[in-house]
Amino acid sequence: MSIILSNITKNFGQFAALNNIDLEIPEGELVALLGPSGCGKTTLLRIIAGLEQADSGRVVLNGEDKTEQHVSHRGIGFVFQHYALFRHMTVFDNIAFGLRVKPKQHRPSEADIAKKVHALLNLVQLDWLHDRFPDQLSGGQRQRIALARALAVEPEVLLLDEPFGALDASVRKDLRQWLRNLHHELNVTSIFVTHDQEEAMEVASQVVVLNQGRIEQQGAPSDIYDHPANAFVSRFIGQTNIFAPDDHDAIWLHSSGLPIADKSGKTAHVRPHDIEVQKADDSAAAHAVLKDWQHLGALIRVELVKNAAQGEQATVYAEMPNEQFRRLDLQRGDKVNLRIRNAHWFH
Amino acid sequence: MNAVTHTQTMTKRALHDPAWLKWGLIATALGFILLFLCLPLWIVISEAFAKGWTAYISALAQPDALAALRLTLLTAFITVPLNTVLGVCAAWAITRFEFKGKSLLTTLIDLPFSVSPVISGLIFVLMFGAQGWFGHWFSDHDIKIIFAVPGIVLATLFITFPFVARELIPLMQEMGSEEEEAALSLGASGWQMFFQITLPNIKWALLYGVLLCNARAMGEFGAVSVVSGHIRGLTNTLPLHVEVSYNEYDFVGAFASASILAGLAIVTLVLKSILEWRQGK
Repeated sequence: MSIILSNITKNFGQFAALNNIDLEIPEGELVALLGPSGCGKTTLLRIIAGLEQADSGRVVLNGEDKTEQHVSHRGIGFVFQHYALFRHMTVFDNIAFGLRVKPKQHRPSEADIAKKVHALLNLVQLDWLHDRFPDQLSGGQRQRIALARALAVEPEVLLLDEPFGALDASVRKDLRQWLRNLHHELNVTSIFVTHDQEEAMEVASQVVVLNQGRIEQQGAPSDIYDHPANAFVSRFIGQTNIFAPDDHDAIWLHSSGLPIADKSGKTAHVRPHDIEVQKADDSAAAHAVLKDWQHLGALIRVELVKNAAQGEQATVYAEMPNEQFRRLDLQRGDKVNLRIRNAHWFH
Repeated sequence: MNAVTHTQTMTKRALHDPAWLKWGLIATALGFILLFLCLPLWIVISEAFAKGWTAYISALAQPDALAALRLTLLTAFITVPLNTVLGVCAAWAITRFEFKGKSLLTTLIDLPFSVSPVISGLIFVLMFGAQGWFGHWFSDHDIKIIFAVPGIVLATLFITFPFVARELIPLMQEMGSEEEEAALSLGASGWQMFFQITLPNIKWALLYGVLLCNARAMGEFGAVSVVSGHIRGLTNTLPLHVEVSYNEYDFVGAFASASILAGLAIVTLVLKSILEWRQGK
């Protein structure tokens, strides 16, 4: 089901949580609402669900205006950050709840409910837990039960609020992959909220970057990474070195191979892997000094200090494959030359 | 080896209070309870039975005593359900909605506890009494509130209002509303949400509040005394009947009625500890 939001505005007292949000989500996507805390992403999710009312604007689900409709009639499934499992009910009863509260004429028989609940429990691979109570489950298990419960009513849209926020790092990694696969299997339009850009890039097919109640950019993860729309997105997604080609950095940037002729008043955002590091022969004119490095698995991140003679002293990060770093054979304190392959310019 | 055991006993001693302090405190607490709680209870019962079973029974079988018991039960029967509903409403409003004056409402809920019951009674006399604000209107329409049963019910309603709300508010605040929102998002109606999600979560606290509310409704003296007018057989509740009997030197009658109130208190305490035990589970 497609989702169209137009002109959504929401204020909490003096605080403007959302400001004129326009957003269109095609059917079947797995969308991440990504932004720093307090950017309004959870509020937006709750407005789509109907748990919060926007001050103005419309929510259109599958061509139907649902702005005034109560949450119980929107056909959405909502997974809460802290799962919100019914603590006095077993896992089975939790998942059956949405089916049992249906009006009599639409309510399946108990046998059909049992069949459906077990099918969902098998889908989340937790059928053996059906008679447990929520406080007897681990965080990851609760998360999956909450998801099964939301899926029981066959929602047309699945909304997840920080679905991995309260989990251990290792469980989180597994669940991300699992959620992606599940989405492939069910193909229900899904939106999840996260403040973790890595998570958004890894799981989502579309990422919506929010900041201070506004949408900064929407697009596929690779789009957003390779072509950030503005300085905020560039800084928020992945690591970025920021240079201002004022009188201090101008010479330094120029000699690193970055054309700066018509860029006055702008800043250059350079990804660490767009900086090439070479051992310097002429030590006096070298660009930077190697300060330290960290292993990031297949990559090495080197920490460089810009040469004071050529510009303002500051740290620059560059990344390269392990193999290449070994070939360079660098020691702490070695002088290096840099070549900047690519940069994004923003005001 | 010896050194190790020695240091262990040393640490143990260092962590413990001296014996005289421990036993002194226990003796003080127990002595206080014996002197101020158990002894009076014993006196009530022994005085009630001072002239034997038959006198006890006949004191309770007096028409005035029976009328007082009936009125007490009627008052509780009206006020407890009303205050249960009102208390749930107030707790719901305070914990689930944001509105102006919320903190004022929270404070006002406790007002009946902080005002002297005699003043509470007087408020109703000033409002509905013959010389009161609304007194003329009511006497014109031939409705009697003060020195009649409606006044007693109103005063009791006022006095016992906080019990249920005070039990529920902290619990519902701690629970949050996520489970209720989850129920709604799964298609539940407001009533389904309340009866299947909210009520099961608050039921023990609610029962506890109802129990305390009931105990106070049956035992209230001050406010009821002001509005009742002490009309025998008509507007005397059990606590008032105790006082009237005592003032007339009918000690068996007074203590027999008092023993019923004391028995009610003990039953309440037992139920209360059972509920606390259930809540703890």
